[in-house]
Formats: sequence, C-alpha cells, structure tokens
Amino acid sequence: MAYRWKNDLTPADVTPKSLFLNRRQLIAGTAGLGAIAVAGGARAQDALVPNSFEDITTYNNFYEFGTGKTDPVQNASAMVIDPWTVTIDGMVDNPGEYALADLLDGLETEERIYRFRCVEAWSMVVPWNGVELADILDKVGVQDGAQYVAFETVVQPENMPGVRRNVIDFPYVEGLRLDEARHPLTMMATGIYGEPMPKQNGAPMRLVVPWKYGFKSIKSIVRITLTDTQPPTTWNNINAREYGFYSNVNPTVDHPRWSQATERLIGGGLFSSRQDTLMFNGYEEEVASLYEGMDLTANY
Amino acid sequence: MTLPARINGWVRVVPAWPIYILAVVNLLWEFWLALNGLRQYAVEPINVLERQYGEIALIMLIAGLFITPIRNWTGVNLVKYRRAIGLSAFLFVLAHFLVFAVLDVQSVSRVVTEVIKRPYVTVGFAAFVLLIPLAVTSNNRSIRKLGPVRWRKLHMLTYPIVVLSGLHYIWLVKGWPIEPFAYMVVILALLFVRIKWTGIRDYLAKRDASASS
Repeated sequence: MAYRWKNDLTPADVTPKSLFLNRRQLIAGTAGLGAIAVAGGARAQDALVPNSFEDITTYNNFYEFGTGKTDPVQNASAMVIDPWTVTIDGMVDNPGEYALADLLDGLETEERIYRFRCVEAWSMVVPWNGVELADILDKVGVQDGAQYVAFETVVQPENMPGVRRNVIDFPYVEGLRLDEARHPLTMMATGIYGEPMPKQNGAPMRLVVPWKYGFKSIKSIVRITLTDTQPPTTWNNINAREYGFYSNVNPTVDHPRWSQATERLIGGGLFSSRQDTLMFNGYEEEVASLYEGMDLTANY
Repeated sequence: MTLPARINGWVRVVPAWPIYILAVVNLLWEFWLALNGLRQYAVEPINVLERQYGEIALIMLIAGLFITPIRNWTGVNLVKYRRAIGLSAFLFVLAHFLVFAVLDVQSVSRVVTEVIKRPYVTVGFAAFVLLIPLAVTSNNRSIRKLGPVRWRKLHMLTYPIVVLSGLHYIWLVKGWPIEPFAYMVVILALLFVRIKWTGIRDYLAKRDASASS
C-alpha cells in the first residue's frame, strides 16, 4: 500500500518539465507554490523548492564513474541498464532473480519531494519518483528473524573507470535496519522529475533514505539481501571512525574532518549562504522514534 | 650550440613579468567563470573555485621546486622566473583562503573553529601563514637587508610549506583519488633529490673516524 506518508508538497507542486529546464523560470514559478504548500502543510516547514534537473543530474557522487562531481554525468552513459535483474536472497519467502519490471509490477509509483543531504555538507531538494521499499519487501516476503536489509550496486568494470582504478572497494554495499527499510519515508526511486532515473543518479533503481547522509542511498541496485546480522557498508569499511552504520543526518555530531552543523543548498551561485542542517534532515517527527533510547553520538 | 645553452640564451631575453600577468588574468578568469556559473562552475561554484585556486597554488609551489634540479641536471637556468612563480603561488593561496573564509564558511568564528578543529585546515592554514614572510621578503631590498645567507635560510621554509600543502590536499579527500597522491609523490621526489648525500657520507665518515680515535 503506497501513500503512507504525505508530502507537505503534492505532485502538483513538481515543476513542469518546460519550466524546470530553465532555472530562472523555475525560481519565479515556485514563488507562489511555496505559499500554497505552507497553507496546506501539516507542520510549519520551509517550502521545498526542488533543484533544477541540471543541478541534480550534473553534480553527483558515483565513484564507480570517478571521484569528481562531473565524472558520473560524463561517464555513466556507458552503463548497461537494460536488461536489469535484481537478485533477492537471504531470509525471504520468494528468493530469486527478478526482472526489474516484475519487481515493480503492481506497485504504486509516487512522486516525493525530499531534502537530500550529502555527508560533504551540501544539499539539494529532489523530486523523486518511486515506490516504497516496504512494498517490495512485502512482495518477496520477509521471514521472521530477519533484522537487516543489505544492498549491492552493479559492477561493470568495462563501463566504469572508477571501478577499473579501484578508487574504493567495489561492489558498493549498503544496509539498513529492517525497521528503517520498512519506514514509509524509505523508497526505491526509479525516476526524477517524472523522467526515468538518469544513469548518473543510479539508474534504473536506487534507494532513497532522506533522513540519512546521501551515501546511504545506494545507486543502481542489483542485489537485496535480508539477513539477521548487521551487513557491512562501504564507507564504514573504508573509515569506521568517519562513517557509521547509521549515518543519520545530525547537526550535533560532526564528521571528524568537517562540521555537520550547516550545509550549502546547491544552486545558489557564488554568493549563496549556508543554512542550518536539520536533525534527521528535517524528518525528526517521522523517524526519531526509530532511535529512541539510542546514543546517537556513539551510533553515528 | 647545445640545447641547454640555447635555452639559456632565450631565458636571457624572455622577461619574468608576463608570469604575473598570466597569473592575475587566470585568477580573474576563473572567478568570472564561477560568478557566471559557467563550465565546471555551473552547479556548485564555491567549492569548485576553492579547489581550483588551491590546486593551481599547489602546482605553482611545486613548479618553484623544479628550478634547482633542472639547473643541476641540464644546465638550464630558470632561476630568474622563480620569484614570479613563487609570488603567483602566494596569490593563489591567498585567493584560495579568501574563497574558503568569505564564500565558503562565511564567518570569522567559523574560520577560527575550522582552523583549530580540523587538522586538514590547520595544516593548510599553517602553509599559508609560513608563506607570508616569504612573499614579503621576495624583493631585492629584502635580500640586501637580510643578506643572502639569512635570506636563503628563510626561504628554505618553502620545503615544509609544500609538504604541508600536499598533506592538506590528501587529508581532505574521500577514498583514493589519484591527484593528491600524485602531487605528494612529486613533492617528495623533489625533496629527495635535494638531499646532500655526499654531505651525509662525509659527516658519517668524520663521526666514525672521531669515534675510533
């Protein structure tokens, strides 16, 4: 069942393609929508103005294609995404290799405008299209005793210069606690702005966990494994002191090398000012209960 | 006439001042691109400009270290360009710092916090501070005033400065991109070739001789 979570903004607030292709028009066009969103919103929150399609698709971290921010848009076109098979295994009732279309068949695709906060202290607002991960998990049947979900990104060395250079260990792996994975905010995204997911953003299907740092939202997923032990995660393997398993957005717990108290919203130009980072990236009301009683400084 | 001698002939007629012009024009050109969100500055100009200025500064610092080994190995003497290269490096370090302070972190208190709390900022800032006396004394009057021996001793600060700069870059990145490590390899190689092996050998020989007597 989709639509468990209600956007403060509705799909109608997503800027039409004719407008989002032009950033200046986008800003002018959403000035009025902000007022509508606040009036209809369940809680006071700054109206989220999505970043332009250009911002979202030309400034990416996708190390399989290189470590530079423009490497993904330059190199990702070589990635083969059709056909696409997702292996689902571990503690599930219906393990197997699923064609993407079969996995998504019958599930409700929604539009969700989420804040996206990178661990590098920049952020964007992205209008995702996708399904709730919980719906996929229900479809394959999670067995009793499963406590974690592990994810794995595709590896295509011949198409991925970053993989050939071993800039980090591949395949990229990520994981969530099962209750995090089942949370209605957690989605499997298949598009942006109503367009199919661009390759540099993790085509054809990627995770989106809006209250965690962006690297948790693993791209181009080929394997989903249900398990009873905490799965290894790529950045935690590289540097456990800097990147924890949880990696919830938290302005009070700094990255050892830089502050997480503020962030720069992409798209403001050379003189854009910093803004305060919100607890759980602004989704505190929705997700704080998942971590009740946990020391968030120890479990960063 | 041998090639090095011919190059030295050209060096005599090609002045150093165009290096200053090129540096300033390049600095302003990158700023103008960032201001208008062109090329690599389209999405996140602040961070990209900060890194661009930093990387150019590092390249100029390393370029300055090439002058002596080139002279020792080939006989080509480019030392007349070294002041312009060093001062251009300082210009880019200054611009790099100003983008960091004014456009990126945006407040004096945050600059202070970053310099104290973040080791990679600390080493970068240390390199910047150490460069200031070198920039200030990069004129003939200072050489006369300090005397060539003291002046040269002071300007040996270049070595720790360039190591700190390379470290600053390595410390900042995530994962294992090639560039910062490649720069560090070049820096260490340029310092390695400066080690006076004969001096060390003589010193050890003298020490052994005095120990056995």
